[in-house]
Amino acid sequence: MAVDEKNTPRRGAQQDRIDRRSRHRNWRRHHALMARQSWSRLFATPLPTLITLAVLAIALALPGFLLTGLKNVQQLSEGWDHEPRISLYLSPGLDDAAADRFSRELLLRDDLAAVDLISRAQGLLEFRELSRFGNIVDLLDENPLPAVITVQPLDRSLAALPVLKAKLQALEEVDEAALDLEWLQRLSAFVQLTQRAVMVLGLLLAMAVLLVVGNTIRVSIESRRDEIIVAKLVGGTDAWVRRPFLYTGAWYGLLGAALAWCLIQFSLLMLKEPVAELARLYLSDFEPMGLGLSGSLILLLTSLMLGWLGAWLAVGHHLRQIEPS
Amino acid sequence: MALISFENVSKRYLSGQEALSNVSFTLREGEMAFLTGHSGAGKSTLLRMIMLMERPSQGQVVVGEQNLAQLGRHELPYHRRRIGVVFQNHHLLFDRTVFENIALPLQICGYEPEDAARRVRAALNKVGLLEKENQSPISLSSGEQQRVGIARAIVHKPRVLLADEPTGNLDPELSEEIMKLFQQFNRVGTTVLIASHDLSLIERMRHRTLVLRNGRLIADGRG
Repeated sequence: MAVDEKNTPRRGAQQDRIDRRSRHRNWRRHHALMARQSWSRLFATPLPTLITLAVLAIALALPGFLLTGLKNVQQLSEGWDHEPRISLYLSPGLDDAAADRFSRELLLRDDLAAVDLISRAQGLLEFRELSRFGNIVDLLDENPLPAVITVQPLDRSLAALPVLKAKLQALEEVDEAALDLEWLQRLSAFVQLTQRAVMVLGLLLAMAVLLVVGNTIRVSIESRRDEIIVAKLVGGTDAWVRRPFLYTGAWYGLLGAALAWCLIQFSLLMLKEPVAELARLYLSDFEPMGLGLSGSLILLLTSLMLGWLGAWLAVGHHLRQIEPS
Repeated sequence: MALISFENVSKRYLSGQEALSNVSFTLREGEMAFLTGHSGAGKSTLLRMIMLMERPSQGQVVVGEQNLAQLGRHELPYHRRRIGVVFQNHHLLFDRTVFENIALPLQICGYEPEDAARRVRAALNKVGLLEKENQSPISLSSGEQQRVGIARAIVHKPRVLLADEPTGNLDPELSEEIMKLFQQFNRVGTTVLIASHDLSLIERMRHRTLVLRNGRLIADGRG
């Protein structure tokens, strides 16, 4: 029976030929069949399958969840990063007219985008409104607050901001200039560090996924030893023998991802209320992000690939050891 | 035309044991022959070399025009598809029906399902098990299981049919029946090589007989 026209010239009179088209059709049919069979095989032993899937889901959900959290923190800090302001606390001796004049002078500078004067009276008013210590202020004879000018620099780069701050600080009218940047820098450094840590954790957990799938496939190969030997004896190629196991690995990846997605969404849901509460306390309308479409797709594809790869590694290793004898 | 030829083939295992030493013979296309000798004489090793389940330490094996030494790992499956093998212990899969067992080689070769079904039934018909196609092999008798194994070996019409002790577990009557089956396949052109130590049966069949002793071919002639 001639199989490959290139490799096996026709010899015996009784041999059959299979044309290319029908072989291709058969190849696709076998893929579909293996996909279906390995799917139903998963649920032939539901408990071990579920346990494996739960392990995969947890290993996938942990980095997924942490990365989503980090994405939120980043988004939050980027929102602040884009509008750095420098607060200039004016000398206490400066009266309202002088402060007003000084703020107009600042407007003429070409390194500032906006200038906003908060006069002493205005500051007192806001203090009364926003803090609970309004009645303490009433006890004082005079307004203790200095006038404040907040300026928005044109150049928002992290390098330029401290320079500008120093320049403004040097002005005679300015008592103190404050740049609310250092904690942002610290936060950003912290986020970067955490991101790196999550990446390392993610890599380790990806390895765990590979090993878990690989081990599951190894057990499955062992239990189907006879089948593999017979297939090899009657001329099954490595690809043919490998196929059902690769589908099993891919299914594990896919189902693991689906379960991990549920875990992540559930955890985010649990956090939604406290985060909203926290945001309200900070007078922010911050809306926490979920995995989103792209995050979900990345989770799915990564997991699918890991499942397939884990199966491939296990099959590659063990199939060579199973030879008919 | 020589279909199988062994040229000075020796097989030495790492343990130092010599399974075959300097074996040479040719089997013509369409010929039927027995391979006999005590257990351990090298019968199975010889058959396994034709299947490329083992490679010789020395000498060469040629099947068709193909020198097996030149076949790599990836061409090996295609080589095996040209050969049908029957084992003493059948190598049947008990988690599938008789039909599915026999269809496996066709599925692997890439036959259309309808075509494959037709061929499976034809093979079942030849071994007289047509009405058992939906049973599990485990529910069949030993003789019937062997016939399923034979049907699987010939369903894709291989040029060569090998059998390793195909009657090892069977009573004399069944054994003769199985041998007659092999003769039928041989009559339609299949080259058949059967390893067996059932000397009386071999004598009755009157075919060429190769005798191995301690890895050496000591006789080659009509039984």
